[in-house]
Amino acid sequence: MTFAVLQFPASNCDQDALHALRDVLGQSARYVWHKDTSLGETDAVVVPGGFSYGDYLRCGAIARFSPVMQAVQQFAANGGLVLGICNGFQVLCEAGLLPGALIRNRSLQFRCESVHLKSLTTDSPYTNQIPSDKVLRIPIAHGEGCYFADDETLDKLKAKNQILWQYCNAEGEVTEAANPNGSLLNIAGICNERRNVAGLMPHPERACEAILGSADGCLIFRSLIQALQNKVMSKAA
Amino acid sequence: MAGLRRIRAFPDGFGVKRRTGGRRSGAGVRIRPLYPEKTSVRLALSPTSPLTLREIVMKAKIIITPKKAVVDPQGKAVQNALEQMGYNGISAVHVGKYLEIDLSASDAENARRQLDEACHKFLSNPVIEEYRLELE
Repeated sequence: MTFAVLQFPASNCDQDALHALRDVLGQSARYVWHKDTSLGETDAVVVPGGFSYGDYLRCGAIARFSPVMQAVQQFAANGGLVLGICNGFQVLCEAGLLPGALIRNRSLQFRCESVHLKSLTTDSPYTNQIPSDKVLRIPIAHGEGCYFADDETLDKLKAKNQILWQYCNAEGEVTEAANPNGSLLNIAGICNERRNVAGLMPHPERACEAILGSADGCLIFRSLIQALQNKVMSKAA
Repeated sequence: MAGLRRIRAFPDGFGVKRRTGGRRSGAGVRIRPLYPEKTSVRLALSPTSPLTLREIVMKAKIIITPKKAVVDPQGKAVQNALEQMGYNGISAVHVGKYLEIDLSASDAENARRQLDEACHKFLSNPVIEEYRLELE
């Protein structure tokens, strides 16, 4: 499968994402510059972490108007799979591709540590390979990762099964103590109603090899690859 | 003189350029966004306006604050610090943003409408923030 990894000024997880996809998971992956108006031939898009455009105004607010994001909007509208990681999640929320917003951590601290994640569903292109009882261990590194949405949006997220990951403890229990940033409902990642666009604050691309302390991030990318392969097979059938 | 000078909130060269000299078409003011084709904010004269219409120099003041329903840990931290310093009677502190935009336009009404749109679309995030726009 071919992945497009976006690069904005001050993206800093683009290389990790490319490395995970290409070197660890054996996929074809390439960078797409923020000024490009086309994504070229691609099966999925990764919007990586970092501090796009210096996080000026609001995190992701300026990146969402970049030329490449207009192509991503189109790609998503056509059903293409788009995964936003950390700053990429913020960009997708600002772009209106995902509901809600990410605001300053409740603690006001930049949190850089490993967290535990519970996957709430296997019914998505991003979680289909994650065993339902598996607690993922994946790092976070952010100052603005507190997920916020109004009550109506939260109810809809729950009703439509759009909450993909919640912060939990090592036992898989969703507790206040396990919430690193004050996110409502301990939300770490969500998808849109159509389930083709997803975002999460933790960094799966930094947890794809045992030498990094965890390879749990692979499960998210393997899910994505599986979903793309299913797509190809259903087209061929 | 036509044109916007600079949106203070942005550093030099960040998408907003100084335009010198008037446009013969009398098209008024244009805020040049980062990517003009998508985020164009135009403060233009209506087609019926006389080309000789004088432009007014204006200052837009935009105050952006977090919505009441949004937890504002920054405001809470500032409030705690104020209380620790001995300032009493403070019931809430909200920390937001303030932007000043210098511009000139021939049609204040149109300028306000365009700035309002820019506030809604870009300068604030309606999911978490409210804004107040003053034009003087």
